[in-house]
Amino acid sequence: MMAMTGAILESVLSAALAADPAGGMAGAEHAASQSSGGALMALIPLLPLFGAVLVGVLACFNEKSKMPAYVTVGLLAASFVLTLITYLGWDGHSVMQIRLWDWIGLSWGDGVGQSLDAGFAFYLDGLSLLWMLFVTGLATLIGLYASEYMEHDVGLGYCRFFGAFCLFVFSMSCLVMGDNLLMLFLGWEGVGLCSYLLIGYYYKKKSAVDAGMKAFIVNRIGDLGLLIGTLLTFTTFGSLEFTQLFSTIEAGHSAAGVPLGDTWQVWAIPLLFMAGAFGKSAQLFFYVWLPDAMEGPTPVSALIHAATMVTAGVYLVARMMPLFVADTHLIALTVVTWGGAITAFWAATIAMAQYDIKRIMGYSTISQLGYMFAGLGVLATTGGVYHVFTHAFFKATLFLSCGAVMHGFAGQLDLRKLSGLWKVPGFKIVSIAMLIGCLNLAGFPFTAGFFSKDMIIAEAFVTPDSMIPGSSWAGWLMLLTAGLTAYYTFRVFFRVFVGPTEFYPGDDHHGDDDHGDEDHASTFHPHGPGWAMNFVLIALAGGSVLAAGLYFMGDHHGWAGGMVHASSAQFDPAQIGGHAGGSSAEQADIEHGTVFGFDPHKAMYYISAVVGFIGIGAAWWLHLAGRTQAATSRMESVAAKFGPIPSWAEHKWYVDEFYDFLIVTPLRLISNLFFWFDRLVIDGIVELFGGTPKMGSETIGNATQTGVLHDYALRMIAGTAAVLVVVVLVLY
Amino acid sequence: MIDLISGTFSLAQAGYPEAMAASTLNQYLFVSAAMFALGLIGFMTRRNLILMFLCTELMFQAAGLSMIAFGRYHMNFDGQTFVIFVLTIAAAEAAMALALVVLLFRKRESLDADLWAELKG
Repeated sequence: MMAMTGAILESVLSAALAADPAGGMAGAEHAASQSSGGALMALIPLLPLFGAVLVGVLACFNEKSKMPAYVTVGLLAASFVLTLITYLGWDGHSVMQIRLWDWIGLSWGDGVGQSLDAGFAFYLDGLSLLWMLFVTGLATLIGLYASEYMEHDVGLGYCRFFGAFCLFVFSMSCLVMGDNLLMLFLGWEGVGLCSYLLIGYYYKKKSAVDAGMKAFIVNRIGDLGLLIGTLLTFTTFGSLEFTQLFSTIEAGHSAAGVPLGDTWQVWAIPLLFMAGAFGKSAQLFFYVWLPDAMEGPTPVSALIHAATMVTAGVYLVARMMPLFVADTHLIALTVVTWGGAITAFWAATIAMAQYDIKRIMGYSTISQLGYMFAGLGVLATTGGVYHVFTHAFFKATLFLSCGAVMHGFAGQLDLRKLSGLWKVPGFKIVSIAMLIGCLNLAGFPFTAGFFSKDMIIAEAFVTPDSMIPGSSWAGWLMLLTAGLTAYYTFRVFFRVFVGPTEFYPGDDHHGDDDHGDEDHASTFHPHGPGWAMNFVLIALAGGSVLAAGLYFMGDHHGWAGGMVHASSAQFDPAQIGGHAGGSSAEQADIEHGTVFGFDPHKAMYYISAVVGFIGIGAAWWLHLAGRTQAATSRMESVAAKFGPIPSWAEHKWYVDEFYDFLIVTPLRLISNLFFWFDRLVIDGIVELFGGTPKMGSETIGNATQTGVLHDYALRMIAGTAAVLVVVVLVLY
Repeated sequence: MIDLISGTFSLAQAGYPEAMAASTLNQYLFVSAAMFALGLIGFMTRRNLILMFLCTELMFQAAGLSMIAFGRYHMNFDGQTFVIFVLTIAAAEAAMALALVVLLFRKRESLDADLWAELKG
């Protein structure tokens, strides 16, 4: 172990010394220059990897304590501190790179595009720094929360959980910090694997295993897009390394010297990347896996399926922004805008009718991711990225609050069976954290969620329809969705946390296992979260509040704008047809869309606040005012007026059933067909070749192998006699 | 004297000046064949393991006899050499075979060879 650690450290240090400080991004408008990051930077992903190994070793020794959690939290905290140090030591505009070793180096000629060089190398600019800050930070906090949340599984399950947890953070770091598209792909598949492992954590539960497979398979479809996109990128631009790739794109022609505008790849590659991003981030046709992923333990839902992994798609689009804007028609960005806006609306309508609070949060994640994509689509990169950041905090808060409820009420998640938890001893902090999270998600004025969401919606109106067709309509759709979001968010809060106190425990402990609980049905006592969970809730709720302050920092639309400005996601709006671009303040007044003649940036503060208030008011009227019990509210009588629509929404618009009919059933039929073809025809031929000699030998063998000594002797004599006869008669 | 390496060593140098007549050889061979046939028939007809074993010994000695006869006929030691080896091996093999027979007897309390047919199939 020590020898291995030493070897890793040595390679990191030597790589840091050998890192090439030269070779700036030629012609890059935003003048990002390369510099060698410190060796510390390489330790950011390697510490979690080391943690995964260490937890694996603990598992080998059948560790029965909370040691795996301490190892994980300790190493992730170290990783976060390193990220922070790297960020503080960063000059604010350059790209930090470090190459640990040559990973894939192929060469089959001297020409352009005839060699593939992908190092195991890391690349940090504003965008990846922003991501790494919240990934490592939230992973540390959520790891701490999980140390308590998962305590009923101490032993191998605990090791398995934290091993996959560490491995996830490593993969996510590779994805975000990768220096080339292959590193990104490595991380991309790695997070997918860890997501699969952790969704199926309760592997004895069929629904959890199915959910894991669904997530993996749906992701696979998107991943194909990413893979083909990566291959096309290589064949078109002759490199997979970001620095080279972006300078080639900047130069405006492919590796073969063809102007980008004349190639079909210029729109095909972004569309393929978009497919990958939509798969990972559960958008449009791919969203179905994410609600089911809530089968995993709640810390996993909070970290992987809300805060970090699902934003990988947003990261991919933001990272490849130069490629997306290289297409003068902005085809891919238009699809991204509309895909995001429609998904946001669609998921919100489903969330309105669900009763499982964790699933509601799952759908709201899909919806919020839709906002982020729409933000990227309407060229509001800053808004999209800022929303990723704020959403990571408040959605983690929301999930962990739901997790605390689940933990304390024996897995109960049905909002009709929980009410007034505010007054239950031990749930004060949870309730306050939940309130802060809900206010953020609902876009209550002066919360972080309010600012980040407004940036996106306002930019949708700012960006002219001539650039992104129907972008203002997408804006209206997102505004409507904001109202729905406020409604379903506060529906949860008003039903579960306030109102008359009434609760029924769930039928299992912590949603999973059987540790022989005896007393819950009759004398159930909800147990409030312990210090670790409360501390994390306070920290995350505090983070959500403080994230609002970032809006007022820096020159480029807040701190997030500054980070985006110092990355490849920054682009010159003048380059895309001379139109106004979102993330550049000085360009914004070239051609500026309006809302009823007002500047959208300012008007949106008021409009979205009003929309949010309407949503919250509706939730209050329907779910809190005059409610005397947990099970029903005024909503029941109101919903009845809508006919079957609420029931359809509760059944998720029957999308899963539709997919079953359209894809799963035909696939099953075909696979059955192939199965029987294989069983009968292919296996039949093989069996024939094997079976014939077997049959023959059995027939002969059964007749001759009698086991009687004299039979053998007789046959031996007969054989010898026959040989003799042949020798004597034939040969002489 | 005795030249073992060149292989020219023969019975003639050891005090047997004349080769055996062909008719004499035939008589020896006839006795040998009769012994072998007796052994073979005994082996095939008997079910008693010890008797079957004795019959195999009989066949051994029949072969040995013919080899010595041939050796005398060809005026060399080859036949005798062979027979000495065969006798040595046969002694060792007899010890083992009889031990096996004893073990088999302990298992079934019988010497009937037909009781052992586990190799069937």
